[in-house]
Amino acid sequence: MKVLLFGIAKDIAGAPVIQVDTPVTQVAGLREYLYGRYPRLRELRSCMIAVNKVYAADGDALQPGDEIAVIPPVSGG
Amino acid sequence: MQRYDRQIRLEGFGEEKQRQLGASSALVIGAGGLGVPVLQYLTAMGIGKVGIVEQDNVSITNLQRQVIYTMEDEGKPKLQAAVKRLQQLNPEVDFVQHPDFLMPGNALDVIAPYDIVIDCTDNFGTRYLVNDACVILNKPFIYGAIYKYEGQVSVFNYKGSATYRCLFPEAPQAGDMLNCSEIGVLGVLPGIVGTYQANEAVKVLCGIGVPLANQLLTIDTLYNTHHIFEVKPVPGNHSIEALLPDYEQGLCNTRSVQSLSVQQLQQWLDTGKQFRLLDVREMDEWEICHIPQASHIPMRAVMNALPQLQLSPGTPVVILCHHGMRSLMVAQQLAAAGFDAVYNVEGGIHAWAQEIDEEMMTY
Repeated sequence: MKVLLFGIAKDIAGAPVIQVDTPVTQVAGLREYLYGRYPRLRELRSCMIAVNKVYAADGDALQPGDEIAVIPPVSGG
Repeated sequence: MQRYDRQIRLEGFGEEKQRQLGASSALVIGAGGLGVPVLQYLTAMGIGKVGIVEQDNVSITNLQRQVIYTMEDEGKPKLQAAVKRLQQLNPEVDFVQHPDFLMPGNALDVIAPYDIVIDCTDNFGTRYLVNDACVILNKPFIYGAIYKYEGQVSVFNYKGSATYRCLFPEAPQAGDMLNCSEIGVLGVLPGIVGTYQANEAVKVLCGIGVPLANQLLTIDTLYNTHHIFEVKPVPGNHSIEALLPDYEQGLCNTRSVQSLSVQQLQQWLDTGKQFRLLDVREMDEWEICHIPQASHIPMRAVMNALPQLQLSPGTPVVILCHHGMRSLMVAQQLAAAGFDAVYNVEGGIHAWAQEIDEEMMTY
């Protein structure tokens, strides 16, 4: 599963795209996986996750080929 | 109307849309990196009325991206400098100056008279305040935000579309790594994102095309990748009835932090009062100028360095940064961590250079 990272999530992971090979079936499970791999991500209280370019809630299901995006808020102006 | 000839000739815009634009109004919150291109284009294109909320003065570090200002504006209010140039660009536009910070106490009154709001602010607190006030007043608002080489744009609260809280329900916490870190920006990025905001504003005001409602556009200028993410309105986010009492407080607890003026700080130093002075700017800023009695520790490192700093809970701790924002965040963290005599230097080292030590280098 390909995960695109934006904003500070990209900095935390050190890469714009990561591959997740662990089977996760729900957005919530993916969040937990990412928190385990990059603990600092947990500090982002609101971090949008999109699945195949659509905003996804924690309860939404994931399929193996899905493209995920992790989009933290940004405040610069 | 001659100045709008190219828009009037444009298929899909024409005289009717030009008149519509001329009869409409927008409030631009912030005349910085994002606000400047928004103001320039809305003015040039012939919006009827534009309100500008801005409190800051022009600094030399603004000029690489806030291209309406010039060297001669340094130190002067941005609002005054911007309106002067915008009037030269197009005197037909009605400019309304709001020389204030947008606060819970004034937000509804300031926003109410305008058709749309353009969020060109640079901090989460004001972004959530803009969201909530626009939801209460049922105004669409055009969101733009930047981080390093990336930008985000969306049109929120437009005919029932998703709001900022539908994407990001909760504001980041005090001292969160996302907030107020002054991390640097390439001059063109706010120009690109602000120009997108101006484009979306015109689309909404004139009813052309498909605005970015229920969509988040992300732009990565290093790799030229653009994405549009679909978002949905979350039930409940349109039924805000009142503003929060304090949006800064939504981010962080300000109660136990006290303010210290640069004059008071000078007095404390001169009288040999027992206290610790922490300068939480970055190393390159520290190297430009600092107060000799200060200890240097960058904002992001403070909380992890508490044991080494050997702060004693009874000794006052005074926090200093460039303008007083980062230091406030650190002060709030220290207060939250149990230090009960925490002071934030109002106006930061910039105020110190202006009011106490005129020979100090500024930036």
